[in-house]
Amino acid sequence: MNILIVGGEKLVYFISRLFFSKGHTVTVINRDQRECTRLARRLKSTIVYGDGSDLTILEEAGARSADAVLAATPNDEDNLVICQLASFHFGVPRTLALVNDPDNEEVFQKLQITSALSITKVVASLIEQRTEFDDIINLFPIGEGKLNITEVSLQETSPVVGRTLLEVSLPENSLIASILRNGEPIVPRGPTELLAGDRLILITLPENHGRVLKKLTGD
Amino acid sequence: MSAQRSLFIVVVGCGRLGSYIVNRLSLYGHYLVVIDVNAAAFDVLSSQFSGFQIEGDATEFAVLKRAKLEKADLVVATTERDNVNLMVAQIAKKIFNVPQVMARVFDPKRARVYRDFGIEGICPITIAGDAFLSSYLKANVISPEEDVL
Repeated sequence: MNILIVGGEKLVYFISRLFFSKGHTVTVINRDQRECTRLARRLKSTIVYGDGSDLTILEEAGARSADAVLAATPNDEDNLVICQLASFHFGVPRTLALVNDPDNEEVFQKLQITSALSITKVVASLIEQRTEFDDIINLFPIGEGKLNITEVSLQETSPVVGRTLLEVSLPENSLIASILRNGEPIVPRGPTELLAGDRLILITLPENHGRVLKKLTGD
Repeated sequence: MSAQRSLFIVVVGCGRLGSYIVNRLSLYGHYLVVIDVNAAAFDVLSSQFSGFQIEGDATEFAVLKRAKLEKADLVVATTERDNVNLMVAQIAKKIFNVPQVMARVFDPKRARVYRDFGIEGICPITIAGDAFLSSYLKANVISPEEDVL
């Protein structure tokens, strides 16, 4: 995949490195000349110096043949315009804008960005979840939050320990997709017994999420 | 213009252009809200101005809500940053359904892309350029044969 990233700092450095190591071609646009030099020394990617919301710069950076654009500058408005120009003018199929203001996640989606992600919101909700229950970790929401993937550790006190999946009737539209037992993944079936220490990978919907967790932890 | 009903107008940015527009519109008794990140920017507003001043960043959705954009007849985005103006103009038009929206856009190429999907960008560069050229042409009455421009 050809991935075009606009922005700088460690975030962009590490993302570029990650994509590169997965075999993608990465081009970075940055408007600070010194930062461009720094990135060019450390990354095996093409670095373009300039304003990523300028059509000429986007064109030079290969926007026409990009499969995805990630706008990761510190300014929401710049990220919006970068993604819009990429998609409307250059026909880039996928655009992702990072936003600071959590409200802008929804706002940007209404303005036809493929997706917008608020790091603020993600970090805040991770912190909240970690402090609330140590044994429940929300891995990530899918489809703008219509589906959750959650990891739950079963304690000795859990009411489902020692019972098989058949005996545990979970609410509709929820699924134990996998069990991590002693570090090994198991794809569970009806007769699989749940044990203390199991880490369950759950798929839930927002409307049954609470009930499923209650059933498994007993809280 | 004075015979018309009074309009609710939100002006984003109170720099040289924004304050000029606000001061002119104040003379006609329109209901005005002006937004700027810097409170000191409001110092240049004339004594006729009787509207609301909001100190805040217009790219923050809550600030636009505070300005009651949903009631606005006209939103004018005049900050010195093209992308701020384009973002505010689109939010005004597509989320708050403001009937008329205008944005100052310095980059003519960017203005053209946005014009294609309904955001009226006013480009000070092309306006000034055209004004210079037409006053040059008027001052040097050039016959068609001599016109090399």
